[in-house]
Amino acid sequence: MTTPAPAATRPAARSTPERDARPGADADLAVATSGLTKRFRGGQVAVSDLDLRVPHGAVYGFLGPNGSGKTTTIRMLLGLVAPTSGTVRLLGEDVPAARARVLPRVGALVEGPAFHPYLSGAANLRRTDAADRTVDPRTSGRRIAAALDRVGLTAAAGKRFRVYSLGMKQRLGLAAALLRPRDLLVLDEPTNGLDPQGTREVRALVRELAAEGTTVLVSTHLLAEVEQLCSHVGVMSAGRLVAQGTLADVTAATPTRVALEARDREGAARVLAAAGVVGVAITEDGAAGELTAGGPDPERLLVDLVGAGVGVRQLRLERGTLEDLFVDLTGEGFDVRA
Amino acid sequence: MSVPDATSPDATAPDATSPDPTSPAAGPAASEQGRRPSAARADLRLLRSEMALVLSRRRNLVMLGVLVLLTALVGVGIELASSDGPDGGGGPPFLATVTENGLFLAFAALTASLPVFLPLVVAVVAGESVAGEASNGTLRYLLVTPVDRTRLLAVKLVATVLYAALAALAVSLTGVVVGLLLFPVGDVVLLSGTTAPYAEGLLRLAAVTAYVVAMLTTVAALGLLVSTLTEVPVAAMSATAIVVVLVQIMGQVPQLSWLHPWLFTDGWLRFADLLRDPVADDGVAGGLLLQLGWVVVLVAAAWARMTSKDVTS
Repeated sequence: MTTPAPAATRPAARSTPERDARPGADADLAVATSGLTKRFRGGQVAVSDLDLRVPHGAVYGFLGPNGSGKTTTIRMLLGLVAPTSGTVRLLGEDVPAARARVLPRVGALVEGPAFHPYLSGAANLRRTDAADRTVDPRTSGRRIAAALDRVGLTAAAGKRFRVYSLGMKQRLGLAAALLRPRDLLVLDEPTNGLDPQGTREVRALVRELAAEGTTVLVSTHLLAEVEQLCSHVGVMSAGRLVAQGTLADVTAATPTRVALEARDREGAARVLAAAGVVGVAITEDGAAGELTAGGPDPERLLVDLVGAGVGVRQLRLERGTLEDLFVDLTGEGFDVRA
Repeated sequence: MSVPDATSPDATAPDATSPDPTSPAAGPAASEQGRRPSAARADLRLLRSEMALVLSRRRNLVMLGVLVLLTALVGVGIELASSDGPDGGGGPPFLATVTENGLFLAFAALTASLPVFLPLVVAVVAGESVAGEASNGTLRYLLVTPVDRTRLLAVKLVATVLYAALAALAVSLTGVVVGLLLFPVGDVVLLSGTTAPYAEGLLRLAAVTAYVVAMLTTVAALGLLVSTLTEVPVAAMSATAIVVVLVQIMGQVPQLSWLHPWLFTDGWLRFADLLRDPVADDGVAGGLLLQLGWVVVLVAAAWARMTSKDVTS
């Protein structure tokens, strides 16, 4: 039986105290959009009627297949793309109207890192820091060194960006987002191109930042990543938000699969169907079906099977994984949406 | 407060409740505003960074080097031609007088490079300005820092004009130096026939250089506009250069003479008026006014585009 163990405890522990953690916050959501819609000039609707709700202190996993509108949404959150309709509130302030006030509190990694190829990593961070008019230039050197150290890039600080590996580029992007303390981090695919060690480091970094009270919105398609890291998830499909909530709530919506091994496969399938298991099918070595909410109790099911004398050898319950949910919500298809 | 990494206290502390007294940058992002530098200083910091960026590109330095080399070559060429025999007199303005006074090499070189070379190098830097940032993706990061779009445009324009000033100075200073080395120097015979001391000649050269920079400002504004329209820097550069050449060709077509006073290249070579005594300043003033009009129109268009476009690069 596979159970996403952290899912049961983490969201519960997070979802209540997060409001008290920030008494100064003037809204209870770090990111809130309402009816957010983007129709590009060609008429293509990239994002449709999106109501994103990211609570303060959450680590929000923003999921969706390629082309589902995640990046367009992130660009609208940051004021890069103007919504066709709808509103965006970041940290209680309207974007784009108040972006000069709110964006300094937001660190972002949007669609991969981008820097000047012929400048060194440190020089690129100096450039980023010089563009921020709200920081003290006297602390620039120290903050840059600290950010480079935090992402493990100190040794490569003097190398030109163009010779960086994909993982180093990604780290530099994170360093730029961490040049100053942030209340919200928007990270688009932060582990893209990182090796397993790098992925672990980024995961640890995100946890560390979240523990300090930073809200993190992280878009990814590594579902294992989300299960380990996130307190909340939102799933996009074809420009719409098809599920949103705490990780536990969202995954609870997926049915539990029951699979058994038995000598009499037909008999076992009949027992399952009679007990109220849906979608019963005969498998290679037994039978399987899905337990929906309000369906039969698994313990009761086992008693029935033994009583029916079908020769049960094994009964497994497979709790719905995020991957099942994801495929369920967004479809199996491999094709990118046109 | 838990600071897991002692070497990075200020980057790790968005915790409002217990600011770290040892680190001035610690604390929530909001309290950073208490130490926010003045607007002018912040703008200057970005401009310095922008200039450093422009001058860190080897290509931009090579272009300045080429201008120096071209000016020196003009000097050497005149020196070689004059040693063949004193049959000078034809050719472009100022060239004939160079052999009499080396200072005129600077004027001759400016005259020779203003139609093509100077606009070309300015077009390269201006075309790169916004499109370059867009093509390597840094534009989106500048805008989310956040840099106000109007402010970014202003910084890009000023940096391009400063580069244009460096380019014009490269030509005139090389002209002065090579002129000193190859030709006799002394009192300057102005175009109106009166004689002025060498120092006044230098002063007038400074005025002419400033006028040339003013003319190049239009090219910078044009390049900036084109640069906001594309994500391909090379396209922005070549489009700008092509427009400059086209406008000059139009200035040569007699059938378009009604249009000539409105072409931005119309007053470009009017700087000769600054070499008269007294200075014939109405032509120069007219030229400056025309440039101002063009710069306003082009910058307004660039601003309208920049502040409304979706950044999807």
